[in-house]
Parts: sequence; C-alpha cells; structure tokens
Amino acid sequence: MTTMTMAKALNAGLRRAMERERRVVLFGEDIGRLGGVFRVTDGLQKDFGEHRVIDAPLAESGIVGTSVGMAMRGFRPVVEIQFDGFVYPAFDQIVSQVAKTLRRTDGAVRMPLVIRIPYGGGIGAVEHHSESPEAYFVHTAGLRVLTPSDPQAAYLTIQQAIASDDPVIYLEPKRRYWDKGEVDLDADPFALSPWHARVLRPGDDVTVACYGPMVRTCLEAAEAADCSVEVIDLQSLSPLDIDVVAASVRRTGHLVVVHEASSTAGLGAEVAARVSEECFYSLEAPVLRVTGYDVPYPASRLEEHFLPDLDRVLDGVDRVRAF
Amino acid sequence: MMADLPSLYRQMLRIRRFEERCAELYSGERIRGFVHLYIGEEAVAVGVIDRLTPDDAIVATYREHGHALARGIAMDAVMSEMYGRTQGVSHGRGGSMHLFHAPSRFYGGNAIVAGGLPLAVGLALADRMQDRERVTACFFGEGAMAEGEFHESINLAALWRLPVLFVCENNLYAMGTALARSESETNLAVKAAAYEVPSWSCDGMDVEAMSHAAERAVALVRDSGGPVFLEARTFRFRAHSMYDPDRYREREEIERWRERDPITIASTRLIERGLMDQEALDAIDADVTSEVDAAVAAAEAGTDEDVADLERHVTSGGVRP
Repeated sequence: MTTMTMAKALNAGLRRAMERERRVVLFGEDIGRLGGVFRVTDGLQKDFGEHRVIDAPLAESGIVGTSVGMAMRGFRPVVEIQFDGFVYPAFDQIVSQVAKTLRRTDGAVRMPLVIRIPYGGGIGAVEHHSESPEAYFVHTAGLRVLTPSDPQAAYLTIQQAIASDDPVIYLEPKRRYWDKGEVDLDADPFALSPWHARVLRPGDDVTVACYGPMVRTCLEAAEAADCSVEVIDLQSLSPLDIDVVAASVRRTGHLVVVHEASSTAGLGAEVAARVSEECFYSLEAPVLRVTGYDVPYPASRLEEHFLPDLDRVLDGVDRVRAF
Repeated sequence: MMADLPSLYRQMLRIRRFEERCAELYSGERIRGFVHLYIGEEAVAVGVIDRLTPDDAIVATYREHGHALARGIAMDAVMSEMYGRTQGVSHGRGGSMHLFHAPSRFYGGNAIVAGGLPLAVGLALADRMQDRERVTACFFGEGAMAEGEFHESINLAALWRLPVLFVCENNLYAMGTALARSESETNLAVKAAAYEVPSWSCDGMDVEAMSHAAERAVALVRDSGGPVFLEARTFRFRAHSMYDPDRYREREEIERWRERDPITIASTRLIERGLMDQEALDAIDADVTSEVDAAVAAAEAGTDEDVADLERHVTSGGVRP
C-alpha cells in the first residue's frame, strides 16, 4: 500500500494503461509539456513521447472528433477536457458521434474512447470551472459514465475505463484531487467490475446515495449523524446500479440522494424514480434530494451556500426520518 | 489509376438513376425519413473517388449516396439501407444519411454539418501513427465552412501535417442560405489558404476537370504528407431534401446550371470524340436501369430489424450493469 493523492493515483493508472497497451494515446490541452492543469498527466509525455501524449490546440470538438477517427482505427484515445465547462464545445461530437457509432453501425465499429473531465466545485472557481455536467451524459444512451471517489477507486477505474470497448465519460472530482488515501498499486484492475455501486459504510436507518466529490462529505455526515446511516457510492452513473441502492432501501426504508449538480432532472431524480419502481412498499418516506440549487454555478463567495455540506446532508437525513 | 471517360460517365449515371428512383420511392412512401439528393453534383464524387486507391479513406456527408456508390459499395446494399432493411449496408440502422462500410474504408455519411471533419483528421492521424501512406478524402458542403469544426479540423490537419484531402462541394446554398449570406469571404479557397493549406477551386460540373484537379490534389497530399483543400464549384438540381419546397432559388438560376449538367457534358463529349454513339449510351442507360431495378427488388424483398433487437449494440456490453 502506498499513500497518495487522487491526482497521483490517476497518473499511476494512466501510466499502467499506457504500459499495458500501446494503442492508448492521450490527447488534451497542455497535458504534455505542462502535465495538465491539475498535473494528472505529469511526466507521461517525457516517458511515452510526444506521439502518445499529444498536446492539442484549444479545440475541444476537434480533439474529441479526432479521437473518434482514431478509435475507428483501433486506437484507445484518452481525452482530457481541461475543466467541466469546457466540454460543451465538444458536446456534438460526444452525443452525435461517440455515443451513437456502435449502434449506428450495428456493432461493426467500437468506440473505445475515454473522455476525462475534472468536474464539480469546491475550489473557489466560477461557472465553467466548477460544474457538474453528468446528467447530460447519463441521459445519452451509448455512453458510460464513471466517477471515482477516492484514490484507490481512481487508480483502478481509470484503467478499467480505458480497457472498456465502450466510450466512457470519466468524471474526476477535482476538489478531491489532493485528498490522500491508501492505494494498492499491485491490485488487479480487472478483478472487480467498475459498473457497480459500492456500500462504503453499512447502516440501518437511512440510506445515503452519493458519488464523486460528495462521497467524503456523506461519509463525514454519517459519522456525525445520531442514527445509523448507510453510505453508497454509486460510482457508475451509467449504467446505474440501482440494485445495490434498492437492497439497502429495503432494509432502511429511507433514502437521501446527494449530488453537487442542480436538482431538476438530475441523478437524484433518476435514483428516486427507479427506487420507487423497485421497492415502493419499502419506502417509509419520500426520497429526498440534497443537491446544488437550480441556478448557474455561483461565484466563489456564495459557493459554500450552493454546495451540499455536512449540515445539509444531516438535515436531509433528519427530514427523511421525521416524515 | 484514372478511369476513362466512358467509365466516369457510367458511374455518374448510376448515381443519377439511383437517386431519381429514390425520389420516386420517397414519394411513394417506400423510403421514409429524409433523403438528400446529389443530382447535379455527381461529377465531384466520381471525379475524386476515381483518384483514390482502395486503401484511402472517405468521410462524407448526409448527401452521400453518390459517394458510397462511386466507392463501389453494392447498389442493393445502399438501396436496402434507404429502405431501412437489415440487408442494408448499415443493417438498416443508418438510413440515407449514415451509409457506413468500414471494409470499403467508407467512414460514413454524417447528419451533422461539419461533424465528419475532425473524424477525418483522426483517421489520417491513425494512418500516420501506423506509418501507412494513405489519404483520407473528406467531403463537405460550403455550409460546413461556417461551422467551427471546419476551422478546428483544417487547423489540426495543417498543424500536425496530416494527409487529409478536404473537398468542399460548393453548391452555393446551405439549405436555403446563399453563400453570400453565410460567408464573409465567398472565395472559399482563399479562406482555407489562411491555414497554410494549398487550396484551389475547380469546375465541379465537368467530370474530367474534376478528375484532373483531384489527381493533382491527391498527389500533393501523398507527396507532401499534409492537407490540401479543393473547392468543387457545383450545384444541386433538386431541393435540399425531399421535404424542402426550394423557394430560395430563382428558377432561372437552376435552369442555367442545368445547362451544365455533368452527365450531358460527358455524353456530348463522348459522342464528339467518337468514343461512343447514342446507341452505346442508351445501352449503358439500360444496363444501369436494370441495376437499379434489381436494387429496388432486393430492398423490397428485404426484412426489417426485429424490435427485440432495439437494445443491441447500444453499448458493447449491454445496457445494464
């Protein structure tokens, strides 16, 4: 076991994937010489060369579209989008080409492409640098969406995403880049499927489902709660592993879903709908959502009021129990 | 290498007769959805694709029936795709706008204007990384040059010196918007040249002129390893799609261009040069018509996808965890 940050764990995972498979090629803005804004690709260009770690101009649609052509020829491109809000210029390529090519060609052409996106707030940045765009991609059939919550998960799931024959939107919780954790660098990345939710803390009274940057917040809230809280890290947002959540709700009868993204038509809405379909009679209260508000991401002075924190999660737990 | 004029003529006629039949079938509701006819522009696809080798790649637009046929994809597979049959070139899943056949290195029609351009850059980059000396020919309309993806793609291809032949099919109208209403610089080759890409224009109604321009362009891509931009000046005789009332063009303008019908230009030349007589031209027409008849029969006899397969290949591992 080695103690390292999530950023370092991702770097190690990328390195492993590049060593394992020479068709893995990294594309992005300032990922090579500079090593990326968050240094996730630090040192990789030096070790693997400019032809495998490619510095691209500021052209998100061009970069993703170029990767589509590369993927059609059997490469496994890994694109870094510098910040969440910068993915929107590439939205057409992702939704119209990346997501649909496999089905449109009836399986003839696979799209083994990973689009890494640092996402979420909490670093005092502003809109376009703090957003949580996951719902757009989860809504799009043909894409897989993964988000790690700790360094070990990051180390393993980035390798699994790159090995996937399907396109993966890989959302990295940027405010957790510097969180440290124990990482087993010898762990077999293919021992467990990444497309599952994980019960990180067992509990009996309330289920809290969360993902990405909110996992740590929810674990801290569970620790502070005056009841027994089960914390589930969804990890795979598409496909969504609702079975793990439903099994938990059948025991606890209460569910709170937590995410940074705005509430309306977000993952919380989807989880609530699916849980009510799966285990309606186990629910002792309506599913509650603790989320960012339905406003554009605010400037840094108001950020702490926008983001769900320990108090808001605990308040959600109290309200769902008091129903 | 370059086919002779009779062969080029025959290819253009195959496209023309195929699409004329598509128009009829669309009106008869045998073909559904949207159909964008290439009628009037046949010399462009035929002239360029004739200069490519089977190893070279093609990326096209939603007006791509002609490119697919010129590439050699079987007409019955294309017509079956128009019908949405499982026997179609994309198993009925692509339809008119998404003909796709990787074995022919035909990397698709694309329903998004300029959506295919970065993809062509990626194909060319893949070739270069694998040390393959191939050309990727990327077709698009002049409307695509107003899209950001054109600028991103030609910049990347020029910056990274990638073997892409950008073929702009300038038919003067982006659906209903005339060139002068959509471009600040209507000399499109000048616009492309700003990216340090060798760029020029040619007559897209004359298949021989087109073929010679393509020969020079393809050779330059191969020799230099970098991109070239070729503007083919052409015109579509039909509306943008079968759904378009075509109210934005004067009838006189259409008639003027029809006088330069690429098929008439070629057939007149064949007769003038004594290469073929009217009887021989008629024989080709009859032959092509039989091919179209057979393609329609195949499409009529085809089968539709089972609804139970709706989720197949949404993702390679299925849609559930």
